[in-house]
Amino acid sequence: MVEAIVFLPLVGALIAGLLGHKIGDRASEIITSSLLVISAILSWIIFFPIAFGNGAEEVIKVEIMRWIEVGDLDLRWVLRVDSLTAVMLVVVSSVSSLVHIYSIGYMADDPSRSRFFAYLSLFTFAMLMLVTADNLLQLFFGWEGVGLASYLLIGFWYKRPSANAAAIKAFIVNRVGDFGFALGIFATFVLLGSIDIDMAFSAIEGAKNISISFLGAELNALTLAALLLFMGAMGKSAQFLLHTWLPDAMEGPTPVSALIHAATMVTAGVFMVARLSPIFDASTFAMSVVLVVGAITAFFAATIGLVQNDIKRVIAYSTCSQLGYMFVALGAGAYSAGIYHLFTHAFFKALLFLGAGSVIHAMHHEQDMRKMGGLRKKIPITYIMMIIGTLALTGVGIPGTSFGFAGFFSKDSIIEAAYAVGGPLGNFAFWSLVLAALFTSFYSWRLIHMTFHGSTRAEQHNYEKAHESPNIMLVPLYFLAIGSIFAGVLFYDQFFGKEKYIEAFFANSIIIVGHIIEAAHNAPTWVKWSATFAMLLGFVSAYWMYILQPSLPARLAKAMPIPYQFLLNKWYFDELYDVIFVKPTIRLGNFLWKKMDDKLIDNMIIEGLGRKVQLVTAKFVKLQSGYLYHYAFAMLIGIAALLTWEVVAGGLL
Amino acid sequence: MNSDITNFSSLAPIFPELIIIIGAIIILMAGAFLKKQASVGLAGITIALLLVVSLLIILFPTDGIILNGAFIQDSFARYMKILLLASSLFAIILSLSSAKENSLDRFEYSVLLLFATLGMMIMVSANDLMSLYIGVEMQALSLYVLAAMRRESSKASEAGLKYFVLGALSSGMLLYGASLIYGFTGQTQLDEIAKIIMLGDRSIGLIFGLVFLLAGLAFKISAVPFHMWTPDVYEGAPTPVTAFFASAPKVAAMALLIRLVMESFEPVSQDWRQIVIFLSIASMILASFAAIGQKNLKRLIAYSSIGHMGFALVGLSAGSLVGVQAVAIYMAIYVIMTLGLFAAILSLKNQNGYVENITDLRGLAQTNPFVAAIIAIIMFSLIGLPPLAGFFAKWHVFLAAIEAKLFLLSIIGVLASAVSAFYYIRIIILMYVYEPEQQFIKAQPELRFIMALSGFLILTYYFSIAAPLTNITRFVVGSLF
Repeated sequence: MVEAIVFLPLVGALIAGLLGHKIGDRASEIITSSLLVISAILSWIIFFPIAFGNGAEEVIKVEIMRWIEVGDLDLRWVLRVDSLTAVMLVVVSSVSSLVHIYSIGYMADDPSRSRFFAYLSLFTFAMLMLVTADNLLQLFFGWEGVGLASYLLIGFWYKRPSANAAAIKAFIVNRVGDFGFALGIFATFVLLGSIDIDMAFSAIEGAKNISISFLGAELNALTLAALLLFMGAMGKSAQFLLHTWLPDAMEGPTPVSALIHAATMVTAGVFMVARLSPIFDASTFAMSVVLVVGAITAFFAATIGLVQNDIKRVIAYSTCSQLGYMFVALGAGAYSAGIYHLFTHAFFKALLFLGAGSVIHAMHHEQDMRKMGGLRKKIPITYIMMIIGTLALTGVGIPGTSFGFAGFFSKDSIIEAAYAVGGPLGNFAFWSLVLAALFTSFYSWRLIHMTFHGSTRAEQHNYEKAHESPNIMLVPLYFLAIGSIFAGVLFYDQFFGKEKYIEAFFANSIIIVGHIIEAAHNAPTWVKWSATFAMLLGFVSAYWMYILQPSLPARLAKAMPIPYQFLLNKWYFDELYDVIFVKPTIRLGNFLWKKMDDKLIDNMIIEGLGRKVQLVTAKFVKLQSGYLYHYAFAMLIGIAALLTWEVVAGGLL
Repeated sequence: MNSDITNFSSLAPIFPELIIIIGAIIILMAGAFLKKQASVGLAGITIALLLVVSLLIILFPTDGIILNGAFIQDSFARYMKILLLASSLFAIILSLSSAKENSLDRFEYSVLLLFATLGMMIMVSANDLMSLYIGVEMQALSLYVLAAMRRESSKASEAGLKYFVLGALSSGMLLYGASLIYGFTGQTQLDEIAKIIMLGDRSIGLIFGLVFLLAGLAFKISAVPFHMWTPDVYEGAPTPVTAFFASAPKVAAMALLIRLVMESFEPVSQDWRQIVIFLSIASMILASFAAIGQKNLKRLIAYSSIGHMGFALVGLSAGSLVGVQAVAIYMAIYVIMTLGLFAAILSLKNQNGYVENITDLRGLAQTNPFVAAIIAIIMFSLIGLPPLAGFFAKWHVFLAAIEAKLFLLSIIGVLASAVSAFYYIRIIILMYVYEPEQQFIKAQPELRFIMALSGFLILTYYFSIAAPLTNITRFVVGSLF
């Protein structure tokens, strides 16, 4: 069954990719989508007994093949399914199957749909490999596989230069992270003697006090390994400093953004830290880094989201920010809360993206919210779906009760866990998240208001022709909407209920730090209400600025140009990186190309040598004059030379 | 001095040579009295004669030193004789299809070729400076005439004349060297010379003699700077004769050189190795560069053979058993490649006759894919690309040189080999990249057979003949040490 879940998407990808032009686009769509649906159903069949029974009583391991045997390294290709994997399987295969179905409608006019569906299925296969990894190399395989699929899909419309640039950017920025990740895997192997997950974990206890020299500094080896691994997670999950690729990745088709750049791939970093929680848990310093990076990302991405005008970019920054939330949970030691948010976020963020896709579809690929407005009457179902997604994202619910949307439970869990950490770092994280919640609420409602409410700013015929999406696009939205509403409340106990419930659910697949969860549950009431209050404040201000006083935002921007420009330009990170990394690299590349390669190697060494050879040849050919006496002379010169040499060198004088 | 020939059976070691002498004289007489049309039949008899002698050497080997130490038959001599007999045999076969065009359809051709072969066999078996000279002169005089066989062609006559004059000069050097050595050692027998050198000093007269002797032999293997005749003669002589020139005499002269330096001058190996290294480096470098400037295919092959003699000398420079073995292997592979290549060149015939220019090869891959493929295989092998035979030839000699710590020589050799790749690959490009300009007549079956055999041996060298060849050469070279 596990094999089927993992390999059915690969089968689909191969069929659509290799035979796509033979069997036609429609057949490719149907085959890949149905295989994904089967895969999703099987995932739920695995998940339900774990969620509502006694957790994963036993880790399922399915050996596919022996992979690498070199010296101490004995790796098998094993599909590992425990509770954590089961959660991920459900998220990945469900969202992926819904996105597949949705894409049939969304991509209906595209000429190369077989390729698109092949990529989507290939991505899904790689992601499933990633989450079922039993050792770090397998994880790395999936990790790079999703990176590749992401690259291919961002650049799917390869005729657009911006799409190509975005694809390359995503790939390169991820390379930075992956470099750290690879080093982290090596460090793990050196330190723990194995990169098999179970065997590595069992060696942690003995490795806690080993220190290692790295870049001239003496560091705790486990801390170093954890930080290097986290570097990989930062790249994949677009955390602060390595986040710049994610907004640009919105160049890909919208279903791709929903699947890869919101629900699944970007959460791989979160999954990896959770999967390796014993390694991270062994290093307090590494945990603090995770906490702080997460908090900064959550806050900073939310601030940028406040002023963006592209509907997809707003959601992209929101994703970035929400990933920050998840890392705060991990850094706080509440791993289950991080996974909880990952789980719920997948539903409502995919819903928001697919809803945005529906809006874009209706508006003939217009993404600028300044040219929308008043779409509520034109596309009412999409409007309702977006509202549900927004309610879930902003975390609407009543603290202390079981009433609330999915995001409410998971987000509040994280904020409480951050508070529970305490100390300066804990407080920093807590306040960052509360502020981020305020901003989240503001930009989410801003998006709704600018898109659906008020009078339209769209071009006349665009607005006239706006139409509701076909059912094939709407049905996936209904499923996601159900998830956005109920995923939080249904699984609260398993993810962030009493400690014993969490332990029962997760078995030993992640570390569960009892005191943090205890402290989070016992947080003061004002802490529990803080996020809700921030959410309300954001809602009210957005309502005031975009419904009651629509001219206020423009005046505000004019009154405070410096903060506005700062946010609009995304804290100038792209410009900063351009100056620090891109320009010098291009200069170096130009230097190596024009000076080293063209001038030195090509011109001087290769062609220069060639010219020399021609000169020498010409001289040698001239020697062969055809005159007999020249030839005889050459022989006599030769013998004279040989005699002289023998006499002088042989010491006969 | 009493003769050591007491009865008929004591002549056994020299039987092969005797058979060739008798055969050649009979063919000479038959040719003189029969009609001109009989020459084809006589060529057939010549082939049969060479085949019989080869089989005699292989099947009934009789080793020994006779004629008062002037003639030696040992396993080394037999190996080299097989090589040169095979070269002569195939050279005659190569000449069959084009005998008329090249004025080779005369019985004198067969007779001269047999006498040349006889001279070379004596060279290989020479154990005395006098028999050495007789062998050298016998083959040289035959070759001069062969080069000029095509009397009506001014090019051929020029080639024959140049060859003769320069050959006479080299003979003079050889004789002068021999007389110096006799004067300073009092001996002409090779093993006796070694004994005298061992006892006495290494005098300046002896070294002078050595240098002159080696210079005379260097002319025969056309090592730089005694190579000047080669391109002109190769170009001017009829192509089948060139094929013969490029194969058998090189084997004989190399065998003689090896025997001379290993047997007589072993005690002064430091001195002759210097000379061999010089000849080797000069040949490799000059040939690699000069060949680039050639337009005529036969001139190109002339330089190529100069270069290959340079590579073979790399092995001899080591002065070791492994080195000599490497040379023995090299010569065998060289003969295989050379004969295959000439078979391919002799297949390049259009309605106007044979073509010789490199540019005529344009588009050969389309008009005559089989010949093009064979040429390509041989070119890659001449470059020394693994896993072809030419690679292993070079590998053995360089290995020997490196074992003898001749690093500079090895590096120069490899670089020269790299430069030489230019003109070999240019031929392949001409054949495969360009459009054809002319149509060729289909090759004769015997040429196709030789090409196929050569191509097969080169391609499958490692699996087919590598192991037996290595074993045999190790054994035969053992008889020199």
